[in-house]
Amino acid sequence: MTSDSPLAIELVDIWKRFPGVVANAGATLSVKKGTIHAVLGENGAGKSTLMNILSGVYRPDEGQVRINGEQHWFHSPSDALASGIGMVHQEFRLVPSFTVAENIVLGASEKIIRRSFIEKEVEQIAQQFGLAIDPTRPVWQLSMGERQRVEILKTLWRKAQILILDEPTAVLTPAEADELGNVLRKIAEDGRTVVFISHKLHEVTAFCDEATVLRGGKTVASSLKVEEVNESDLAGLMVGSSPMISERPPYQEPGEAMLTIEGLGTLDDRFLPAVKNLNLTIKSGEIVGIAGVSGNGQREMAQAIAGLRPITSGKVTISGKDLTNAPPSERFTAGLGYVPEDRLGVGLAPRLTVTENAILRSYKNLRKSIFLVSEQAVNYCKEIIERFGVRTGPIDEPIAGLSGGNLQRLLVGRELSGNPKVVLAAQPTRGLDIQGVKAIQDLLIDERTEGAAVLLISEDLDELLTLSDRLLVMHEGEIVKEFDPTTAHRHDIGAAMAGKRDES
Amino acid sequence: MNEASMIGMLSTTVSFGALLYLACIGELISEKAGVLNLGVEGMMALGAVTGFLVALNTENPWLALLVAMIVTAAFASIHGIFTVVLGAEQVVSGLSLTFLGLGLSAFFGKSAVGNPPGAILSNVDWGPLSDIPWVGPILFQQSPMVYFAILVGLLTSFLLTRTSIGLALRGAGESASTVDTAGYSVVKIRLAAVATGGALAGAAGAYLTLSITTSWQDGATAGRGWIAVALVIFGAWKPGRAAIGALLFGGLLALKTRLQTFGVNFSPILLSMIPYLLTIGVLLIISIRARHRPSASPSEIGKVYRREER
Repeated sequence: MTSDSPLAIELVDIWKRFPGVVANAGATLSVKKGTIHAVLGENGAGKSTLMNILSGVYRPDEGQVRINGEQHWFHSPSDALASGIGMVHQEFRLVPSFTVAENIVLGASEKIIRRSFIEKEVEQIAQQFGLAIDPTRPVWQLSMGERQRVEILKTLWRKAQILILDEPTAVLTPAEADELGNVLRKIAEDGRTVVFISHKLHEVTAFCDEATVLRGGKTVASSLKVEEVNESDLAGLMVGSSPMISERPPYQEPGEAMLTIEGLGTLDDRFLPAVKNLNLTIKSGEIVGIAGVSGNGQREMAQAIAGLRPITSGKVTISGKDLTNAPPSERFTAGLGYVPEDRLGVGLAPRLTVTENAILRSYKNLRKSIFLVSEQAVNYCKEIIERFGVRTGPIDEPIAGLSGGNLQRLLVGRELSGNPKVVLAAQPTRGLDIQGVKAIQDLLIDERTEGAAVLLISEDLDELLTLSDRLLVMHEGEIVKEFDPTTAHRHDIGAAMAGKRDES
Repeated sequence: MNEASMIGMLSTTVSFGALLYLACIGELISEKAGVLNLGVEGMMALGAVTGFLVALNTENPWLALLVAMIVTAAFASIHGIFTVVLGAEQVVSGLSLTFLGLGLSAFFGKSAVGNPPGAILSNVDWGPLSDIPWVGPILFQQSPMVYFAILVGLLTSFLLTRTSIGLALRGAGESASTVDTAGYSVVKIRLAAVATGGALAGAAGAYLTLSITTSWQDGATAGRGWIAVALVIFGAWKPGRAAIGALLFGGLLALKTRLQTFGVNFSPILLSMIPYLLTIGVLLIISIRARHRPSASPSEIGKVYRREER
């Protein structure tokens, strides 16, 4: 390890304020050249803002950015790139209809594009660092892991000396994540510097040399040597107090079948099969977890069950009622509560008020002939707020200002307020802070206790292992394996997520 | 139908096709960058009257063409500023541009109605090529604007697929945030694309009054701008396919003007409707097909891009 290497990055006392939020309140970061440096912190700790400042997306209100000892003022991402800083964002910045090579060359100084020349160059860099990719393929055909490789190649092709990766493993299978670790090590050994943003502790200890921990916009621990700390120390620094994670609910005998799915098939946005001949029964009082790498049909399955995506084959019934071709509202009336993955697009309408969002499912019961009775609507909304602990401002103002956790409480509250027989929750805790996660998980457990059938789709394996009574793994639109969460090994689940089938 | 009138009709097909094609490529460039501009009809009318008036006063057809293109580029930039900079709804702003353009052209063209042209863009003589039977009169005795249109189509195709600025332009219509991160100004790209689209619509208009009708009358564009908009969709946003569409629709427009001279007894009013009925038909077929396959349309067309939103 290179403990005496010069510093590649120094961020000193960075402040960044957004309307109503202080994202960075005196954050610092020092990274040695040729190392992999982890930046750890909870959601909202200010990691992304700090990295956006380093990569020129935002300008700091106060503080200094020094690269290789020299002070810089970046005005744009291309400024930062000119100083050798490349960022791989969590949401990929790729044009789906362009090929890999076109995406890589976008923004480069070449006026005329020599396609075959660029493709050859890309191939060469890809080989050097072990990033297998075909530069002539359009990006929309690529998996998430492959897209990430394109992003990394983009920065390497532009000769970036400093690579910043924002939660790079969130979209990867465990095997792909290990592979990424190897790639990053090769990049560091090449003399470049890698900044790795994460909140997954085992990856930090596995891949990184040093770690800096942020909490509430401040640096709480700087450049810890990963060899000298353990995961629980890091966790303690991140949350500042003991973590609250929901406990496995006590066993209960499941009741009769509530949600039955037989031979379900549906298509994705490109009209290719996304879910193929899927069979699933969920009984009253059980939580069935669906694990899988994102993009394997989980989203489409949820939308098909909720009535947002046409079902091409098979049958969906809720407590005996055939709902295969029923519109979403009829499914809600039949007892389906749906917490969609896309909270602020499908689940809630950002510009509508708290009250309007709260009554979206039940406004038909709150009216007199064709007029909405606002008194009833307000009472209905207040009931949800109280019962589900939503912290809001004035309820007649748009919900856009609510925090992620409270938005989710409002959404979950609305969906659970009709006491559904079946709860379909897609990524219900993604992006929430620890308190928010616990609150939502507890609500799902309560639903189970009260006899609802819960289908939980999540990318968080810990969550699935804690909450599920049965755990199913989905791969390429099919359920490839079923696990008992009390005895399952992570390794086996990971293998199933990568497509290894049930031998039986 | 004799040989002469057949040749005449095919020759008119090419010239009407080139007119539609110029406006269509302009709209294609604008849409590729993510800005739908429904003002083509208005821009074309403004270009037509500007070209005619400048020719009337200067007797220089090339200056007339240039001024027409500059004026419509500036006119299109109204749409650009409203939609790209201020974030106005593209459909509404584009439609206003059409009505504004038609109104302005009627107002300024009032004095020119019935006037003979001050100058025209006369047909190019390609020497021996122009004397080839059939091919000569159809392809090599055309207005310079026909060759200009072909050049514009080839250049646009090259620009879009082989240059970095073309890549950035297409990117601005597909994923503006990506292009922004890559260091381009989405606003500048879109404004430039809209202005270019305006200039080409204006060129099509000037072509109409300086070469085809050689006169000005109110409503001279007669819905051709709308056909150009439909052609972009018909051509699946590809300059090559759009050229085929332009010839097809050019043929229909030619048929309408020629059929009467052939002595066919068919209501000219019904005949005038054919290109527009076909336009509706094309849109219908494309939207039905789009239900079963991904659309060729730029995915962020019509969307306002704003930076530093959290």
